[in-house]
Amino acid sequence: MIEIRNLVKEFPGVRAVDDVSFDVPAGVCFGLLGPNGAGKTTTIEIMEGIAKPTSGEVLYRGEPLGRRFRAEAGIQFQSTALQDYLTVREQLRLFASLYAKTLPVEELVKLCALESILDRDARRLSGGQRQRLLLAIALVNDPSVLFLDEPTTGMDPQARRRFWDLVHAIMDRGKTILVTTHYMEEAYVLCNEIAIMDHGRIIARGSPESLLAAHFDDVVLELPREDFQLSPEQFPLPVLNGRSSVEILANDVDAAIQALITRDVSLRRLQIRPRNLDDLFLELTGKELRS
Amino acid sequence: MTRRILAVLHARNLEYVRDRSTLGWNIALPVLLVFGLGFIFSGGPQPLFKVGVISDVDAPASVLNPFLSTPHVSFYPVRDRERALRKVARHQVDLVLDLRSGEQRYWVNGESPRGYVVERLLLQSDDAGLRRETVEGREVRYVDWVVPGVLGMNIMFSCMFGVGYVIVRYRKSGYLKRLHATPLSAAEFLIAQVASRLILMLLVTTGIFAGTNLILDFTVEGSYLDLLVLLVLGISALLALGLVVAARVHSEELAGGLINLLVWPMMIVSGVWFSLEGTPKLMQLAAKLSPLTHLLDGARAIMLDGASLGEIADHIAILALMTVSFLGLGAYLFRWSAD
Repeated sequence: MIEIRNLVKEFPGVRAVDDVSFDVPAGVCFGLLGPNGAGKTTTIEIMEGIAKPTSGEVLYRGEPLGRRFRAEAGIQFQSTALQDYLTVREQLRLFASLYAKTLPVEELVKLCALESILDRDARRLSGGQRQRLLLAIALVNDPSVLFLDEPTTGMDPQARRRFWDLVHAIMDRGKTILVTTHYMEEAYVLCNEIAIMDHGRIIARGSPESLLAAHFDDVVLELPREDFQLSPEQFPLPVLNGRSSVEILANDVDAAIQALITRDVSLRRLQIRPRNLDDLFLELTGKELRS
Repeated sequence: MTRRILAVLHARNLEYVRDRSTLGWNIALPVLLVFGLGFIFSGGPQPLFKVGVISDVDAPASVLNPFLSTPHVSFYPVRDRERALRKVARHQVDLVLDLRSGEQRYWVNGESPRGYVVERLLLQSDDAGLRRETVEGREVRYVDWVVPGVLGMNIMFSCMFGVGYVIVRYRKSGYLKRLHATPLSAAEFLIAQVASRLILMLLVTTGIFAGTNLILDFTVEGSYLDLLVLLVLGISALLALGLVVAARVHSEELAGGLINLLVWPMMIVSGVWFSLEGTPKLMQLAAKLSPLTHLLDGARAIMLDGASLGEIADHIAILALMTVSFLGLGAYLFRWSAD
């Protein structure tokens, strides 16, 4: 659906995007992951035709971005101002008038749960309501490809889950979605394919499951710090010290638990979790994602 | 294309009309100014009587006619008789005297009380039998002269800030970026912005004019339709100038500064408050570069002198030319986003 070839974007003194190439196949939800400043937004804005690359090209259905792309793409920017003094309904009508093919306003309203705020001035919406309106605007032309740039940043956990449900509903309609995020959990919940970016380069690509399987064959045993008083040298397995908890990396869970029992560590509050994308990022870059 | 333009136009109109404080200010300021000036300058006429004299001899005035040595009357030489007579019609000059051989006439406005007094003085001091001619016309008050200036100034501020500043605000907030991601073209967007402001300024200006006219009863010698044509062109030229300013700037402070840099000199050189006759050449040259000058000079010619569009063709042509070139330049320079 979208092909990106050798994209480079330079700002004075910075190479924000450094020779990035990847394909977004039709019908997938593709996640571009990385910490703030990794070059995600610059990359997605070049893909949206908003920013011009220093070199390299973006193809939509095999052609350079043009009139057809603008008619068929739905875009939600990281932060968008809307025209002041217009209600939610008027904003939707305004954007609907700009496209030849549109979804009926009632359908958008239902899909994005805007019924209760239709006649409210768009400046008086909460963060979650505003993001739902911006998503509805991005969907107004019934796009084939949808771009979401950090769509849930600043939302509370409940609003975030609600937004994810919404994206799943959109995926069920067969849309191609490209989403950037610095929440690994979000990428894991939403995306079939991800590319991890750091310092303007792609450092890993694939499905979340295959990436995790390729990099890790262990699981994490998590204990509250006060339950695990040993120093790392006193324990046969690798131990990571977190703020309030201790993480033990183990290939063989039975042996790890045995080792804990013989050292009189209480297992009352033990949790075992698989490796996640945050671990992967740490593994790949040697740094925490959310620092 | 039309549908997209109309949609953006409608949205901009709603924004303008619902922004009560801006709308109120756009209407209240000129109304207050017109009434304020009307009352301040409605006071007594100048104490001196003014008489224009036409003669082809360089002899001392008193030799030509004893009337010319009357104290407390200001005599001034006249070259263009038609022009002087127009001033008599407007009560700006009390009497015009033509002492050339074969002429020996004077003109006075029968409705002017000052004209009546000066005529008495003339007839007392001279019995040579000058022929009496009359000129008709009502008095032009300062408020008649200044009302195009006040409305023109309001139009200028509203056009430059309403288009220039607003587009920069849209660019800074990212709204332009959002529109850029739709099939809306730059030309469609700019046409909608200009059209929206043009319609609103026409409504506001004609509304203010009609409202204040009810009470102050302005002099309008020419046709209202001509005035409207001139108004549309004047507003368009100023809006187009606003587009040039807003084409690339992405900081409201810079836009405000640039607009002020244009607006204040225009206000000074365009003759908003006082006539520029007799000011330095450089000032008059600068005035010709300002669209506001052509709007005001044209409007005053129509209102006070009853000029037709043909008679102010130079102003019309310059405004049209300015509109087209500023629009072209503004559209050429226009960028959706900051970089």
